[in-house]
Amino acid sequence: MRFYEFEAKAVARKAGIPTSKGGQATTPDEAARIAAEIGGEVVLKSQVLTGGRMKAGGVQFASTPDEARAHAKQILALEINGQKPRGVLVESKQPVKREYYAAVIFDALAKLPVAIFSDMGGIDIEEVAEKYPEHVARVHFSTFQPLQEFKFKELVSSLGISGNELNQASRIVSRLASAFLRYGLTLAEINPLAQLEDGSFIALDSHMDMEDEAREQQKALLEELGIGPEESRQAREPTPFELDVARVDAEDHRGVVRVVEFDGNLGCVIGAGGGSLTIFDALRKYGGRPANYCEIGGNPSVHKAQELTKRILKQPGVEKICVIMNVVSNTRVDIVARGVIKGVIESGRDPAETIAIFRIPGSWEAEGFKILEKYGVEYADRTVPMSEAARRAVEKVAR
Amino acid sequence: MSILVDENTTFIIQGITGREAVNMARECLDYGSKLIGGVTPGRGGREVHGVPVYDTVKAITSQQRVDASVISVPPPAVRDAAFEAIENGIKLLVIVTERIPRLEVAQVIEYANRHGARLIGPNCLGVISPGKTKVGGVGGAAESTRRAYTPGPIGVMSRSGGMTTEISNSLTAAGLGQSTAVSIGGDAIIGSTYAELMPLFEADPETKAVVIYSEPGGPMEAQLARYVKETNSRLPIVAFMAGRFMDEMPGMRFGHAGTIVEGRADTTAEKIARMKDAGISVAEEIAEIPGLVKQRLGLA
Repeated sequence: MRFYEFEAKAVARKAGIPTSKGGQATTPDEAARIAAEIGGEVVLKSQVLTGGRMKAGGVQFASTPDEARAHAKQILALEINGQKPRGVLVESKQPVKREYYAAVIFDALAKLPVAIFSDMGGIDIEEVAEKYPEHVARVHFSTFQPLQEFKFKELVSSLGISGNELNQASRIVSRLASAFLRYGLTLAEINPLAQLEDGSFIALDSHMDMEDEAREQQKALLEELGIGPEESRQAREPTPFELDVARVDAEDHRGVVRVVEFDGNLGCVIGAGGGSLTIFDALRKYGGRPANYCEIGGNPSVHKAQELTKRILKQPGVEKICVIMNVVSNTRVDIVARGVIKGVIESGRDPAETIAIFRIPGSWEAEGFKILEKYGVEYADRTVPMSEAARRAVEKVAR
Repeated sequence: MSILVDENTTFIIQGITGREAVNMARECLDYGSKLIGGVTPGRGGREVHGVPVYDTVKAITSQQRVDASVISVPPPAVRDAAFEAIENGIKLLVIVTERIPRLEVAQVIEYANRHGARLIGPNCLGVISPGKTKVGGVGGAAESTRRAYTPGPIGVMSRSGGMTTEISNSLTAAGLGQSTAVSIGGDAIIGSTYAELMPLFEADPETKAVVIYSEPGGPMEAQLARYVKETNSRLPIVAFMAGRFMDEMPGMRFGHAGTIVEGRADTTAEKIARMKDAGISVAEEIAEIPGLVKQRLGLA
């Protein structure tokens, strides 16, 4: 879950990292009021969860509250990469002497957090690392407290930074690292980390990510930031169909189901995790147009499979469904078969016509296949590869 | 031979009285695995399918040798359960539970490293050395497991628990048995990556080739490609890459927590290119895997 800049900066401030004076506005008048409070030059920044704000015109400067109001009006109406802004951040414009970069992420290979520092801030760090590797320093640190602050001094110092700059910058990296650990973040980035004309350091822009797995533990922080559990902050907002299936999932603790809506004619009851990815690729490879991505697994109940099937069949344009999984370990084939058939019948359709293919081998398959035979549904056992099952399903619907 | 676990491996299940764990215990016992105890605090003195339940790990490790622990407790209890196992001298941990924050996984791994313990998972189904033992839910019921898995020369590693069985089943159908199949877990940070398990397969004289199932997200496939290039590995590798459609949808979460495409290097296209460059064969479909393995072994 990505934080907006104004939220990331609030987290930074909680950790003791200075940010510019300012505030978040959702109307032009509010922006003008904040600009008046700040006094002098201000910068107005569109609050979107995507890059390229500057290029799109989402960042503007103003020297008077009236000018700030006019810019805010424009920014609030401007969509960037398909996103409407959450508001506009109004901050005092800073006299910047030099720009640095600081970040903390997880290194999945070292399996430790790593702090990254560069004296070339303000631009894409991946590009800097590629072109000027000598300007990017990294240090891994332990996940156990207390934080070893000397490591961040070594980090900053390794770029030849000394004096007051060294102490200030390493203190900020240290605070960023501590926020990273404390708030269950997977990315905590300050770019640029600016040194002002008076020598002080300030976070000019910040980007933070929290993983979904940490949200439960971080309820207090999320509440403080006003982020409710319904805000998924996915790459796009969930559709009504996705929300509906999420409710089906929450109603019943047996098994897990998750869907992503697509715009096709072949409904998918597929699982579980890796199996879904594999099947979805195969359907597309054979020219299929899936109506949805789906993961169902963890031994779902008849009810869950049934309700999922009904919701998929309600989607406009869905001609048939395919029911495909890898050889299952703990999911029972007969239960899924029963659930899917019930769902089809309750949708007023004929299982033999509607279920393009059923391919789930594994526990209780003999019982499952018996049920499918009774309703005349085409099914396949483990001798039929998943991709072959996908191909057969695609052949039965219009391409 | 095999890696990680064999017929002599003794293990416990932490959280054995949970719904899924009770089933898992039954399946392991039926398969012939040496499941010698379980732990659920407050439930000491009971039995699960004849397996004694203890209140603490120490209560059992103080009496018997325990080689491994399968941790199947709710997410908030995982980290402490893992610390408990490590602190009591258990050297192999298999964490089944999913939805554990990365920081806690990192802490468990850091602690395990300090104590010379190894972690498989989290978010995995465990390890099986066919015909010898299965440690975890991999393969499901014993009868079903025996159909999918047979002893033989192929090492299997998979980021998906279900696909571990699908792939092994396709190998079995083609007459290629498995030395050990490891469900390594679907999270962004896992205890043992492909490259970290390769030296074990390398040292196992029975293993003649390795098959991996991979997904978008993370640097693990690139790490394996580097490993193969740098060590001049004797083992041919065949990989299958799922989730190719995700390259077009950066930032979206499909499948496992570890699959989110966060950068260019995470895409399937990039990973496939790196693996091919290192001499790893990449199958387009699961059904092609056995043929490619035979080809690499000079059997076809």
